[in-house]
Amino acid sequence: MNWEAIIGLEIHVQLHTNSKIFSGASTAFGAEPNTQASAVDLGLPGVLPVVNEAVYPKAVAFGLSIGADISRLSVFDRKNYFYPDLPKGYQITQMDKPIVLGGSVQISLDGGTLKEIRITRAHLEEDAGKSLHDEFPSNTGIDLNRAGIPLLEIVSEPDMRTAKEAVAYARYIHQLVTYLGVSDGNMSEGSLRCDANVSIRPMGGTKMGTRTETKNVNSFKFLENAINFEITRQRDVLESGGHIIQETRLYDPDRDETRSMRSKETAMDYRYFPEPDLLPIAIDDEYILDIKSKMPELPREKSERFESDYEISKADADILVSDPAIADYFEAVTKICSDGKLVANWVRVELLGKINKDSIENKAIPVSAEELGKLLNRIKDQTISGKIAKDILNILWSSPMVNVDDYINENELKQVSNTSSLEPLIEEVLKQNPKQVEQFRQGKTKVVGYFVGQIMEKTSGKANPQQVNQLVLKKLT
Amino acid sequence: MKIEDYIVENIAELTQLKFSPGELSSIGNKMSEILELVEDMQTVDTTGVEPMSNPLDATQILRPDIATSENRRDVYQRSAPETRDGLYLVPKVID
Repeated sequence: MNWEAIIGLEIHVQLHTNSKIFSGASTAFGAEPNTQASAVDLGLPGVLPVVNEAVYPKAVAFGLSIGADISRLSVFDRKNYFYPDLPKGYQITQMDKPIVLGGSVQISLDGGTLKEIRITRAHLEEDAGKSLHDEFPSNTGIDLNRAGIPLLEIVSEPDMRTAKEAVAYARYIHQLVTYLGVSDGNMSEGSLRCDANVSIRPMGGTKMGTRTETKNVNSFKFLENAINFEITRQRDVLESGGHIIQETRLYDPDRDETRSMRSKETAMDYRYFPEPDLLPIAIDDEYILDIKSKMPELPREKSERFESDYEISKADADILVSDPAIADYFEAVTKICSDGKLVANWVRVELLGKINKDSIENKAIPVSAEELGKLLNRIKDQTISGKIAKDILNILWSSPMVNVDDYINENELKQVSNTSSLEPLIEEVLKQNPKQVEQFRQGKTKVVGYFVGQIMEKTSGKANPQQVNQLVLKKLT
Repeated sequence: MKIEDYIVENIAELTQLKFSPGELSSIGNKMSEILELVEDMQTVDTTGVEPMSNPLDATQILRPDIATSENRRDVYQRSAPETRDGLYLVPKVID
């Protein structure tokens, strides 16, 4: 039988703030355990939460970017459950009146078609602490630095049908929140975590199957693996006559499988009620308009503008806008070197290649946009060859203080392009390689490449390969 | 609505309270009385009355996004039964 998967995602985005959502504790990553857990985060008796004003503009900006309704009056609720990393015994979240309602995004599928994914809601809430189960033999260690970190939970409709679509959607949300400055988007520090709701049904069916929820997946690769594992597992269960249990599962990247978390005999009842310690939060049209006027250009708009302004391909534009830091860098380089295609090519291939290789943050590119622009201008005016330019980029990468023009002059890297200095070299190479010359005469024209390579080596890459190619051909014919 | 013993047992589990079997029916009766009070209240005509989430006619005052708390871990951990390497220790949690 052919099966169809129905997938919905809940994405928890950590909002980029200095302090927590309800306390003045710092949100800085990597601090010693419990050094950023205040009395409010610990749920000590008598403390009261006070809402951080920075969380609202971020949630509103996200809502506006997906065309959602923004609630003028939103209310916090208590979600009650017991777990050691939740000291108060409840999480403050938004149930009945979330800040963002509805909206949708368009994701690009293979082949360039767009698919709309509807968003149900997005609400503000606090994160819980972290439980360390493996540090001590008979105890669990609790670090409450994360308790109270502001989150925006974005809930999608079950509009995705494959793991690939789910990943495309998650990537799009990641890109969006990074662009908007809503989140730093740092996945390795837990700034974006996904819960995947997956069920399957016979292809073309209309009834939903029983779903499972795989929690806390923190990379796109794991998300794809976890969903594919769940689809296969559920298909195997159903095809062998079993039935799916509605349950929470955990993805184990080491074994590439999802596992049932100890299932609770009684269905969880969170006993939501309005948070009595907080008043409703009111925002007006003026507040929303102000945020709207300050919103940056969004990735899709930027990509389209890059395509038309710099005459580059859609594929190049999409890659360049994938991270706002890279997009800004690209535009800064084009201010110096106006050849958009050349700049796009260098940023996409050379720069991103190096960034990936060194695993550095996109924001921390060691070569300034100005120096790269100057370097590319020297290729364009044929001062240096592309090969030499790549060597210089390597130098700039490790010594950012180097000035491109000075470096070219001091190391005599200017391209050798006058025929009179190249011709003796060509004659010499031809004389040293009579066998290859003979091969050429017999019709093996590919050996020209061999000669060009020899001459490039003799000039330490300073010759212009096209010109050498022409001169060699002229000599041989 | 009558609160049966099984409902009391379920709520007791959610709230991590322990009752002896003998207590269940008397607790159930008390809870039923509270619900009867709510049922009485529901007979009041509330047409045109806006639901509220808080009795105060006010909205929340917000706090500037500045990290103001100092690290007081030592003070807080003094009242914890067990700590190690800066972590609060609790009995092993499996799930």
